[in-house]
Amino acid sequence: MPAKRFLGLLLIPAALALGGCQKLVLLHPAGLVAQEQSHLMIVSTIILLSIIVPVLIAVAIVAWKYRASNKKARYDAKWDHSPVLELFVWAWPVLIILAVGALSWIGTHQLDPYRPLTDVAKGEPVPANVKPLQVEVVALQWQWLFIYPQYGVASINELAAPINRPITFKITSLDGMDSFFIPALAGQIYAMPEMQTQLHGVINKVGVYKGMSANYSGAGFTDMRFKFYGMTKDSFNGWVAKVKASPKDLDRATYEELIKPVRNGPVQYFGTTQKGLFNRIVNRCVDPANVCKSTLMARDAKTGLNADKKNAMGGMSMPAGKAADTVPATAH
Amino acid sequence: MLPETMPHRSAILNDIFGRLQASSFPLGSDGEDRIVQITFLVVALIGLAILGWVTKKKKWGYLWNEWFTSVDHKKIGIMYMILATVMLLRGFSDAIMMRSQQAIAFGSNMGYLPPHHYDQIFTAHGTIMIFFVAMSYIVGLMNYAMPLQIGSRDVAFPFLNNMSFWFTFGGMVLIMLSLFVGTFSTAGWMGYPPVSEIQQSPGTGIDYWIWGVQIAGIGTILTAINFLVTIIKMRAPGMTFMKMPMFTWTTFCTAGLMLAAFPFLTASLLLLTLDRYLGTHFFTTGMGGNLMMYINLFWVWGHPEVYILVIPLYGVYSEIVATFSKKPLFGYASMVYATVAIMILSYLVWLHHFFTMGSGPSVNSFFSMTTMLISIPTGVKIFNWLFTMYRGRVQMTVPMLWTLGFIFTFSIGGLTGVMLSVAPADMLLHNSLFLVAHFHNVIIGGVVFGIFAAINYWYPKAFGYRLNEFWGKLCFWCWQIGFWVAFGPLYVLGLMGVTRRLSHFDDPSLQIWFVIAAIGAFIIFIGILAFIVQLVVSYMHREELACGNDPYDGRTLEWATSSPPPAYNFAFVPKVHDRDAWTDMKEHGYERPLDGFNPIHMPKNTASGLVIGVLTCVCGFALIWYIWWLAALTFLGVIVTAIYHSFNYEREGHVSVDEVRQFEQKTGNWKSDVQGAAA
Repeated sequence: MPAKRFLGLLLIPAALALGGCQKLVLLHPAGLVAQEQSHLMIVSTIILLSIIVPVLIAVAIVAWKYRASNKKARYDAKWDHSPVLELFVWAWPVLIILAVGALSWIGTHQLDPYRPLTDVAKGEPVPANVKPLQVEVVALQWQWLFIYPQYGVASINELAAPINRPITFKITSLDGMDSFFIPALAGQIYAMPEMQTQLHGVINKVGVYKGMSANYSGAGFTDMRFKFYGMTKDSFNGWVAKVKASPKDLDRATYEELIKPVRNGPVQYFGTTQKGLFNRIVNRCVDPANVCKSTLMARDAKTGLNADKKNAMGGMSMPAGKAADTVPATAH
Repeated sequence: MLPETMPHRSAILNDIFGRLQASSFPLGSDGEDRIVQITFLVVALIGLAILGWVTKKKKWGYLWNEWFTSVDHKKIGIMYMILATVMLLRGFSDAIMMRSQQAIAFGSNMGYLPPHHYDQIFTAHGTIMIFFVAMSYIVGLMNYAMPLQIGSRDVAFPFLNNMSFWFTFGGMVLIMLSLFVGTFSTAGWMGYPPVSEIQQSPGTGIDYWIWGVQIAGIGTILTAINFLVTIIKMRAPGMTFMKMPMFTWTTFCTAGLMLAAFPFLTASLLLLTLDRYLGTHFFTTGMGGNLMMYINLFWVWGHPEVYILVIPLYGVYSEIVATFSKKPLFGYASMVYATVAIMILSYLVWLHHFFTMGSGPSVNSFFSMTTMLISIPTGVKIFNWLFTMYRGRVQMTVPMLWTLGFIFTFSIGGLTGVMLSVAPADMLLHNSLFLVAHFHNVIIGGVVFGIFAAINYWYPKAFGYRLNEFWGKLCFWCWQIGFWVAFGPLYVLGLMGVTRRLSHFDDPSLQIWFVIAAIGAFIIFIGILAFIVQLVVSYMHREELACGNDPYDGRTLEWATSSPPPAYNFAFVPKVHDRDAWTDMKEHGYERPLDGFNPIHMPKNTASGLVIGVLTCVCGFALIWYIWWLAALTFLGVIVTAIYHSFNYEREGHVSVDEVRQFEQKTGNWKSDVQGAAA
């Protein structure tokens, strides 16, 4: 029995005690959003321990005290209910869950990944002249494409950002269902084909951090990792200049090459990029022969159920791929 | 149809064999094929040994008449338990392979499993452990104990019960077959598109997964109907709902959950099947499909499923704590309400499996709240078990040890569960090894511990002798310690930001944690061996361990009949006046009648369930390999068998008064010297 109790109870406190250790990145993240998420996790753990620890100690004591061989302990063969105790056994968990629930409710709204940041660090609002860094993320099979529309550059399997400047990620995926995750920066969000998700974060310390796909997406998924560099403003400008110096252009032809499955692909830089490529990836019309989904949806909205009551099939009538064959290229 | 996945050969061969060909069998000489060949050899040798032994002992008739075609709920229950134990060994060998791969695959060492093999293994591990180990164990337990607890002679639909078992068996055969013929799914046990769609996985793997799970799932739905009707209609006179034993209550709630949840699985698998076989676009990328729909549908089943697994074990723990504390269960009404609350709430939480899909804060916080709410009734249960022991006489028997181990382990799992339910924290913890550690913590700590507790608790009832205490305790300690050694490191790794399903790592500083986890898995392995040794040793010493009809001074009706019980369970259906019916009967000086019996009306054995199950399994195999003529033929066979069975009017018979008298007089007052003995 003692061994069991020890192993069980020591686990979480031991993990917390190790919090000083840099390795436990979730307890020690370097970005504000992840810090607040982590803080919420630790506070709710402490609140929960305030019920679990006493109960487990009580279970151990009761099981020992009322062991069959202890004939001195009181035995009450008929005692099976007590309104006061039953009120207590419902009320205590309710109170605990009210506390944790309130925390989660507030935290879920404040830390909504779609909500633009108001602070760059604890108690430090975003300065008026600072515009968030925009990064467009595409999960390929099985590597990461990062496009920097403000700088007209792009990179593969390497991400960089200046410290203390909010970053706005727009995320999509070529074909797999991946999850864009930099544990030190902010919690993850899924990367899904034909859809765009968002994430806001800020990195507060210079360093090299791990990034990955957290959701299994097929055979090459294991190596779908990248390095995330948190840099000073100057070295970030230097990094952008280095990428700009690359002769490679991210146009449609290069993209067609990139979408071939690759396991453990190398870092690549693109000095120039085709404008609007990300939107075309989301809307599945990188090939100009395909009608963009957004175009289709806009047209369906006009001619759909609400616009034209006679057309009962309305907005559902024409899937994107089929439309490509029938709609002339001038339609978009 | 689907020509791209058909082999290039003459059309007639494709018509006959579908896409089955020589290369579907692992006959190569590379490392992976060798692993499969050795596995096949071992399985074949063990199989031949068993078949040879059965033939030599001339036991085929016995197996056929007494077991395979039996409609006795007790025998079906035991067959489920055997099936589950066999699959536990399979699922656990997958676990050992994963643990050893992750312990060595660092830096330049790629380990011994390339991704397409490793991915099959984690998919098989999850699928087998959930559908064929945990589900079969709980269905087996409910089958065995519930009708006895309500004083019934069988379940409401005995033939259906037998057929459900053979459906589960058919599903199991398909999953096992994928090891040797073709490949298994690489899409994870949840089978998320787009990996599970035909565009990304044109092979047989996903189809094996779909049909194996689908066929077993149909068996589960039928079981659910059976148990619900049994509990509603067949309780002993006087047993009102609020006088039912706790395990029966939890069986009732679980059956309700199964009936309401499994059709979602059936439907989502069916839609995926249509995508794969008929080229529809429910979940595909492009053409109007949406993978998020599958994920939603899957978890509408998937979350209730984990409660389907654990709720019956809450009942087991309740029975055990009361029996070995020598007291009635504390707060019975609270316990019932808590169980029903868990059952209902478990429907309202599925979205917490994908907080990170971008649903927005209002949706996420709603599901975060509902998830946390479940911990309230669960907490109430822990308190009630605590107060049941309070002022009791707690006997530290093996089932009680498992129960205490459960309370400690499961509470920690509950803690990490609430951490994960805080949506912003889940953004960090989702898909990490922390999550993996959490669900193993609740499934091993809650479900597996409960199953071992239940096996040790009811074994004397089923076989008339106790299980060996030494090996039982060794098994317990190996699981208890092994669990923390195996999954403690995964919690730590999760907090280091390490995610799941990786077959190779770059960072060498992580390796030590994976090595520790592998050692933990090995300790659990010793625990499983100890369990098997326990069964063998106890069988060899069954005469010393013989225990009488009521070895624990039990409280519920299953202890009122013989050990093992006769086919008809009770010669006279007991009248119930109080909650712990058997305790109440004993207190009122009940004497088991030894004469004055009537003939007992009982259902007869039938082979129809087995035939339908086997035909369905072959039909599944034919669909997987595109052998359309065989699929059509076997499907027709199922229909014809069902019609044929419905014209069988000789389904019932009577146990004669002489037979009943003989059995009752022989076993009715069986008590043993070891009665009441406890560690």
